Amino acid sequence: MIDPFFLRIALAAVLVAMTAGPLGCFVLWRRMVFFGDTISHAALLGIALSLALSMPVMPGVLLAAMAVSAVMLMAGARFHHADTLLGVAAHSALALGLVAVSLLGGVRVNLVGYLIGDILAVDTRDLWLIAGGALLSLGLLAWRWRGLLVSSVNQEMAIAHGWHPVREGAIFTLMLALLVAVAIKLVGALMISAMLIMPAATARLGARTPERMAFLAAFWAVIAAISGLVGSFRFDTPAGPSIVVAMLVLLVLAASARWLLDRLR
Amino acid sequence: MGETLVRTEGLSLAYGDHAVLRNVDFHIDPGEIVTIVGPNGSGKSSFLKAVIGALTPSSGSIWRKRGLKMGYVPQKLHLDPVFPLTVQRFLTLTRRPAAGEVGSVVARLGIAGVLGQQVASLSGGQLQRVLLAHALIGQPDLLILDEAAQGLDQPAIAAFYRLVEALRAETGTAILMVSHDLHVVMSASDRVICLNGHVCCEGTPTVVSEAPEYRRLFGQGTEGALALYRHVHDHRHEGADAQGGVQGND
Repeated sequence: MIDPFFLRIALAAVLVAMTAGPLGCFVLWRRMVFFGDTISHAALLGIALSLALSMPVMPGVLLAAMAVSAVMLMAGARFHHADTLLGVAAHSALALGLVAVSLLGGVRVNLVGYLIGDILAVDTRDLWLIAGGALLSLGLLAWRWRGLLVSSVNQEMAIAHGWHPVREGAIFTLMLALLVAVAIKLVGALMISAMLIMPAATARLGARTPERMAFLAAFWAVIAAISGLVGSFRFDTPAGPSIVVAMLVLLVLAASARWLLDRLR
Repeated sequence: MGETLVRTEGLSLAYGDHAVLRNVDFHIDPGEIVTIVGPNGSGKSSFLKAVIGALTPSSGSIWRKRGLKMGYVPQKLHLDPVFPLTVQRFLTLTRRPAAGEVGSVVARLGIAGVLGQQVASLSGGQLQRVLLAHALIGQPDLLILDEAAQGLDQPAIAAFYRLVEALRAETGTAILMVSHDLHVVMSASDRVICLNGHVCCEGTPTVVSEAPEYRRLFGQGTEGALALYRHVHDHRHEGADAQGGVQGND
């Protein structure tokens, strides 16, 4: 007999994972790993602000993530050393968020829950939001797939051949912000980057085309999400980190298999 | 000749306060090969970026024919190793090909053997051919090459530009290229524009190579430029002869 609560959480986690996998491929291809960190750290600031203003958390996180990405996009276009800026922004957003949450004396906040995810805090309404947000993000990706791919290969080439890389990049950060906003309660601000990057890195090992890598990333992310959740329920460990540990196991297994295959050939 | 493809009037470009190009009047007609030469930092690449629409003029205007189809050959792709992309997939990435088009372009450029390879693993010469093939898909009106033969050795450079010339003859596409491989490139061109922050001089390759402005920029040794090209055209030698030609000592 499968627990209906587990089923609902599992469905939400699978949808988030299915979206995080392909999005993470673009994070790797566009060398935006640090950018992903920044968005998820900004999410924590968003939580603090929404609590301070007594707003629902998800829209607050979405707004904060979008605001920070907009600033980053503009700064990135203007400065060449965007790396430094991202580093400053990521950690400032995280620190500001942590300080702000602590200062909210009246509100009892489960801070760790927002950092590493707390499935017990996820109610039915959240589940609908998670499912809707993840599917919307995935739908956006499917719709912009080709333009985003072209833009990630070479900006000038994309422009000359009639694509709009700046617009595609902006829509991509919107997809990221959306995913981070809905996934934060489930997997936590600190674990979202890992959900983006690790399945994509695992998928790279067995892929020869971008489409195949995106498909494999979604596949590995879903496998990790399910096995991580099962482990989390059985051993009473936090869900986000359990899923990320499952991703690590898959990555190590895939890398070892690849290494063996290369030796045998 | 048909309608002009791209025209600029009084085009100036700047990065912030730093002006890189001022007051450029330029046009390219269907089927023309126009080469832009100029020293490093002369604004050549910025000019190309303005032509494709990646850079907005700080003043002046740029006009493109309605529905102009451009094919762009970048210097390099800078693909991360984590980006899996076969040559086959890359060719039809930006434009959908007509029926049978991929096959004929692949055969013409002799890249059938690398279709299954990863783009990131190609050698310099193979990559240039693949980039050129990609730009040809969809039958562009204007082919734009940004230092496309950079990193190739002299005979390969000459061969590459002969290929470009032949492609113009076969497809009728206009070609705009930027290069500092002056000697070989110039002779393959109908018109040469010498750029150094502004248009120094322009005209046929012979006119430009004898212009005092051009000589001031590139020195006196350029009489060998056309000689090298004719030389390379006659028969193929490796290394030493081509080297002599570059020095302009023929």
